[in-house]
Amino acid sequence: MAAKEEMVAARLAGLTAGPGLSGPRAAARARLAAMGLPGRRDEYWRWTDPAALNAVTPAPATAAAEDEAPLFDALDRLKIVFVDGVFDAAASDDLALSGVEIARIADKIPGWAEALYGTLEAAGQDPVKRPFAALNTAQATDGVLIRVTAAAAKPINLIYVHKSELSDPILHHLVQLEPGAELTLLETGPAGARFNKVMEVDLAAGARFHHIRAQGPDSERRAVTHVFARVAEKALFKSFTVTVNGALTRNEAVIDIIGNDAVAHVAGAALGDGATGAFLHDDTVFVTHAGLRCESRQVFKKVLKHGAIGTFQGKILVKPGAQKTDGYQISQSLLLDDDSQFLAKPELEIYADDVKCSHGSTTGAIDETALFYLRSRGVPEEEAKGLLVLSFLADAIDEIEDAGLKEEIVARLETWLSRHRD
Amino acid sequence: MTQEQEIREGVDRETVETVQNMGSYKYGWETEIEMEYAPKGISEDIVRLISAKNDEPDWMLDWRLEAYRRWVEMEMPDWALLKLPEIDYQDLYYYARPKSMVEKPKSLDEVDPKLLATYEKLGIPLKEQLILAGVEGAENIDLSNRQVAVDAVFDSVSVGTTFKEKLAEAGVIFCSISEAIKEHPELVKQYLGTVVPQTDNFFATLNCAVFSDGSFVYVPPGTRCPMELSTYFRINAENTGQFERTLIICDKGAYVSYLEGCTAPKRDTAQLHAAVVEIVILEDAEVKYSTVQNWFPGDEEGKGGIYNFVTKRADCRGARAKVMWTQVETGSAITWKYPSCILRGDESQGEFYSIAIANNYQQADTGTKMVHLGKNTRSRIVSKGISAGQAQNTYRGLVSMHPRAKNSRNYTQCDSLLIGDKCGAHTVPYIEVKNNSSRVEHEATTSKVDDDQLFYCRARGVGEEEAVALVVNGFCREVLQALPMEFAMEAQSLVAISLEGSVG
Repeated sequence: MAAKEEMVAARLAGLTAGPGLSGPRAAARARLAAMGLPGRRDEYWRWTDPAALNAVTPAPATAAAEDEAPLFDALDRLKIVFVDGVFDAAASDDLALSGVEIARIADKIPGWAEALYGTLEAAGQDPVKRPFAALNTAQATDGVLIRVTAAAAKPINLIYVHKSELSDPILHHLVQLEPGAELTLLETGPAGARFNKVMEVDLAAGARFHHIRAQGPDSERRAVTHVFARVAEKALFKSFTVTVNGALTRNEAVIDIIGNDAVAHVAGAALGDGATGAFLHDDTVFVTHAGLRCESRQVFKKVLKHGAIGTFQGKILVKPGAQKTDGYQISQSLLLDDDSQFLAKPELEIYADDVKCSHGSTTGAIDETALFYLRSRGVPEEEAKGLLVLSFLADAIDEIEDAGLKEEIVARLETWLSRHRD
Repeated sequence: MTQEQEIREGVDRETVETVQNMGSYKYGWETEIEMEYAPKGISEDIVRLISAKNDEPDWMLDWRLEAYRRWVEMEMPDWALLKLPEIDYQDLYYYARPKSMVEKPKSLDEVDPKLLATYEKLGIPLKEQLILAGVEGAENIDLSNRQVAVDAVFDSVSVGTTFKEKLAEAGVIFCSISEAIKEHPELVKQYLGTVVPQTDNFFATLNCAVFSDGSFVYVPPGTRCPMELSTYFRINAENTGQFERTLIICDKGAYVSYLEGCTAPKRDTAQLHAAVVEIVILEDAEVKYSTVQNWFPGDEEGKGGIYNFVTKRADCRGARAKVMWTQVETGSAITWKYPSCILRGDESQGEFYSIAIANNYQQADTGTKMVHLGKNTRSRIVSKGISAGQAQNTYRGLVSMHPRAKNSRNYTQCDSLLIGDKCGAHTVPYIEVKNNSSRVEHEATTSKVDDDQLFYCRARGVGEEEAVALVVNGFCREVLQALPMEFAMEAQSLVAISLEGSVG
């Protein structure tokens, strides 16, 4: 027991928390002290070794050469840039947008943010402990606080730049959508050598939130991220993540559907090539249904080769009384060679009888017949494989509603795929 | 609801009573018989006493003591989706045998008539000429080819084994494990604990220390066992745990089909059952293991019932070895059971077909593990879970494709059915794939009894409960079809009985 507390104390010792929020930060510190840091014996860490995240200092990670045009560059968007977790005012746009109030933790914390900060994270600790999220709430140095009162005039893009080999940023964002408000939030870039990020998303009735995130292409970086969302009546939550490279990426999504007739979709596409460094990608997703007639979808696809490891731990929890729930979950991996691994735990926990819930999980190699078909029509092998990989990922990518954004993600995936041909 | 029902024209009182009685547990009666108990609680002395009662050689006692010493250091697992009550392991009897069994009867003719009557009443007559009586529909079956040999276990001891001589003619050894330890020590020593090691888990380790009896089967190379073998477990004594151990060895090219049944009296206090089944399957051999588990499930308020913690595992050691587990789990207050397949031999195959029904306050956490180690191995899982009342039913399974298990396949289908809004149905599969020539597919669905199907039945004059039973039987069809015939019929009616009172 004492060892557990010592580990937590040592982990926190080198960190300096950002300003304000002393109440929720102290509460989060207490939560973390009580649960301790995770180990391989914890059920939800059985396949992902948390040692690199537990370590007091991050392992050095070189930033990838900036030889790609920034994602979404042509799009009219509001940019908020963090370099190794530090706000870059010069590179960022003016934080003013019609229908939106934007602030930062390190600058000035509005009242609504004081009230929300840490609450969804705290609620999301039950029944599964998420120690790195509590650590984040306690220690975050900065973060963007976004309150949307109408339809946002344009998307907000959080851009994370990685420069320093030993950067260890901890950012905590809050997003609150008032009834009927709309926002598209983009997140791009590798952020740092070891990135810990929490985003709490509170959607009021009828609000619509689209989240599109691209992680990569740094190979040595590590990241542990959490999205905690509370979805009220008739609200829509949609989140899509594409991940390329990364020694360790743990993306947790904790979605609480509390209102009736709400919709929540979480999707992910990951490309892992062990030839450019270790690759471990872990999606841990919990969707809880408490409302009537709600719909949820989890669509996760991974393409793995050269010793890459992909894991998926997903759950649909239907609470008593959450009748007419339509819950769907699919996790699939394409193993491009014999060294890679896919580990999955797709769970259903259901306490209501009038529901339709299903999940599927498949793992296998590229379809030789399809490959042969393309080859016989003159498509070169590597190109044919690329096509099949993209078609494998299509179900996940289709979760992006905006055609323009989807196109840009597909184009970037094609570039990344072409870089990882054998 | 049945009590209030008025008697309609053309329905006599007897029919109404029969229907009313259907919902109750049929095997809840008790045999009044003088018993001999070991003192309450567990200790090294108790382990020694059990070993002495079975007149065991030293190596067996040492093995038990080693297990006991490990067990003392272990903690009860808590990962299952079960609300486990505190179990006081010092507050139960680990050994109970009928006094009439102290001097072991030399043949079935010498067995205490009360014991024989018990099995007769359970529909398992221990007479070789009349094997299938009590099984519904048996009168319509041509019995000439359907003999089943039975090993009957009553609390801590095996009462008797039928057809031993006839089986011996074919070279098949079928006896109680206590007898095998004495008569065939070389086989027992070679295989015992090699599939489920002493260290396996809390309940298996406990079983290693205190198992009192169970069945032993050895089928020699190239032999097709001339009849189905079965073990019938009966718990009778109060506050007594049953810890039986079954060891089945199917040698090269051999085949055996094995059936297992279990029941216990209705009591207010819960009782512990912690069994281990080990199956060794060599090259080209095949074992079918079918269970109808009908331990007392506890009453409508969740009082009493059997806590069933069972470790069952089959090891396909040779190439092309094949195992098929079929289980119908309707009884027990708590079920914790994962019959598993180790597919070690190349081209070996494992299959798991399961129906788990939980009604009232029953809790079931059951499933399988398919561990693919050899090349070209195949496995198939079909699980049907049904929850009603306040019950919780969980499918928990593992499919693991090791790097060496090239070109292997798994297909898993888990379906859950919910009857009523106070129960729960859960699916917890683990999938680990470590090579890319293998293909793993997992599908699961959860739904409720289809209203259209119910309406269809009701419109044709089928009563509500009967209609539900019909729909549920349809839902379970794939598994029922995998059962041996006599079990399939019993299982079908059990499915209906287990769900009595869950509708309306």
